[in-house]
Amino acid sequence: MKKKTIIGGALVVLLLGGAAAAFAVAWRSAIAAIDPFKPQSFDAALVKRGRELAAIGNCNDCHTVRGGKNFAGGLPVPTPFGTIYSSNITPDAETGIGRWPEAAFQRAMRVGVDREGRHLYPTFPYDHFTNVSDEDDRALYAYLMTREPVHAPARANRLSFPFDQRVVVAGWKLLFLHRDTYKPDPAKSAEWNRGAYLVEGLAHCGACHTPRNVLGAERATAAFAGGDVDNWKAYAINAQSPSPVPWDADALYAYLREGFHPDHGTARGPMAEVVSNLSSVSVGDVRAISIYVADVFGAPSPDRKRQGEAALAQAKSGAAAPAKDLPGAAIYAAACAGCHESDRPAPYGGIHLGLSTTISGPDPRNLANIVLAGVRPVEGERSPIMPGFAASMSDAQIAALLNYLRSRFSSQPAWSDVENIVAEARRTQTAYLETSAGARNVPADPPQRDKP
Amino acid sequence: MMTVKVNGQDHQVDAEPDTPLLYVLRDDLKLNAAKFGCGLGQCGSCTVIIDGKAVLSCVTPMVLLDGKQVTTLEGLGTASQPAPIQRAFMEEQAAQCGYCIAGMMMRAQALLQRNSKPTDEQIRAELAPHLCRCGTHMRILRAVHRAARLMDTAELVPADKRSAQ
Repeated sequence: MKKKTIIGGALVVLLLGGAAAAFAVAWRSAIAAIDPFKPQSFDAALVKRGRELAAIGNCNDCHTVRGGKNFAGGLPVPTPFGTIYSSNITPDAETGIGRWPEAAFQRAMRVGVDREGRHLYPTFPYDHFTNVSDEDDRALYAYLMTREPVHAPARANRLSFPFDQRVVVAGWKLLFLHRDTYKPDPAKSAEWNRGAYLVEGLAHCGACHTPRNVLGAERATAAFAGGDVDNWKAYAINAQSPSPVPWDADALYAYLREGFHPDHGTARGPMAEVVSNLSSVSVGDVRAISIYVADVFGAPSPDRKRQGEAALAQAKSGAAAPAKDLPGAAIYAAACAGCHESDRPAPYGGIHLGLSTTISGPDPRNLANIVLAGVRPVEGERSPIMPGFAASMSDAQIAALLNYLRSRFSSQPAWSDVENIVAEARRTQTAYLETSAGARNVPADPPQRDKP
Repeated sequence: MMTVKVNGQDHQVDAEPDTPLLYVLRDDLKLNAAKFGCGLGQCGSCTVIIDGKAVLSCVTPMVLLDGKQVTTLEGLGTASQPAPIQRAFMEEQAAQCGYCIAGMMMRAQALLQRNSKPTDEQIRAELAPHLCRCGTHMRILRAVHRAARLMDTAELVPADKRSAQ
């Protein structure tokens, strides 16, 4: 009897102690609400700077849903734990962040907690944003607080237990949220350091390009080794890059500004939205990002360099013998070759497929997505174009085409399970096109460029 | 020789597997409604319907057509017995030079077959891949709405008065 009481008491103490400890780790205080600002109360130069930073951070991409207002949230983000909906970050007092003081905004960026003190899910990449400086947070805040307020209540997340309990996020942060993952390197140039600050911070490149562990955190030991996003492959941008021609800073700069590069191909899927945003920011910052990312890729080995030169030489001579007998060859000849062997310069001519990262990539998802949906032109912009073939080709026919492209234009081994991947792409691509705001979103709209 | 089913009829044509369908329609079958515009799947003037879906025939090789049904504008109606979509485009005078219109009508027809009351937005989104340099866009929009109404009331027309479809 007495023994039982002692054990029971010990259990209660343990539980209480555990709860208290969890509370201490998880609890965050609310920050008092403010009356919404008048837009005029912000300095125009600060707002303009914030606009560029928001483009670098690609904020509009997740915080806007197709058919919705800019920054009003509502985009479903699929995760292995369930679907999370992006939030309204317009200055609407009721449903947005209109009553957030700057301190609350900065806390959200730094430690992923909202004004009321609730933990935010790390789909909001504060593991990167924690590196953003006070000054840049201030400019971002000024930019967002001067947007059009939109009344758009948050949609309820669809998460399974225990992930629907926000306290779980506090534990995740203990494990994976590290401050100061970016530190300036005095041995490197100012441009490199600027690039590192942006890439590791606001631009959050690793959020897609770094693979994640079972708890959904980026694997620090595999930085930039390639990840997955919305049924697209975000390619490795380190030494494991599958691109036939090695990237350098100049090629990256052109690609990030224009969305395509004749030796590499075209930005598609989520990356199209990234370059659409980057086309509107100052050239110095895009240059800095390119210099840092080129260093992440690393200098190519002599072997890799030679292979790249061979691929370029072959593309220029156009001498690759077509393998006529494979199924898929006839489809390629009528549907693809007219543009991809046209010698017209990019973006209106297709790139030679021997240079395509997609065809040499680790899996055929991106290729399936592009063949199905094509590449729609961006209104008012000089941009890549391609018709989609979802209506004219069955999954088996697209699979035959993909297998042909892989065997003819890549030295990599054949893909497996191609037809199922095409079927899956057909399903998810449709969902993606219906919910993504697309690359036509602000601030890539040219007349809006250079305005606050 | 290969067999292709166009407007309900089987045709034997002397074509390679990689011959674009558009060439067979125009050169072999003398069905000239579908036009050669860009040859790159970018302008929409070659659009036909294959198994209910609008398809760019200039980038559709014959090898893809095994067991499929191709419908061209000629298959919808004739000059004397126009189909609702054709009547609507005539009544709204939606063509100027007309080069793009056959393609527009085919994609609009495919849209109306799966959505009998499309909104302006839906029509605009659907026809976005079609280029027209004359500027009858507003008339084209009205024509698609009119065709939707005509198709709706077509049910009430006695069978012997219906246009060939």
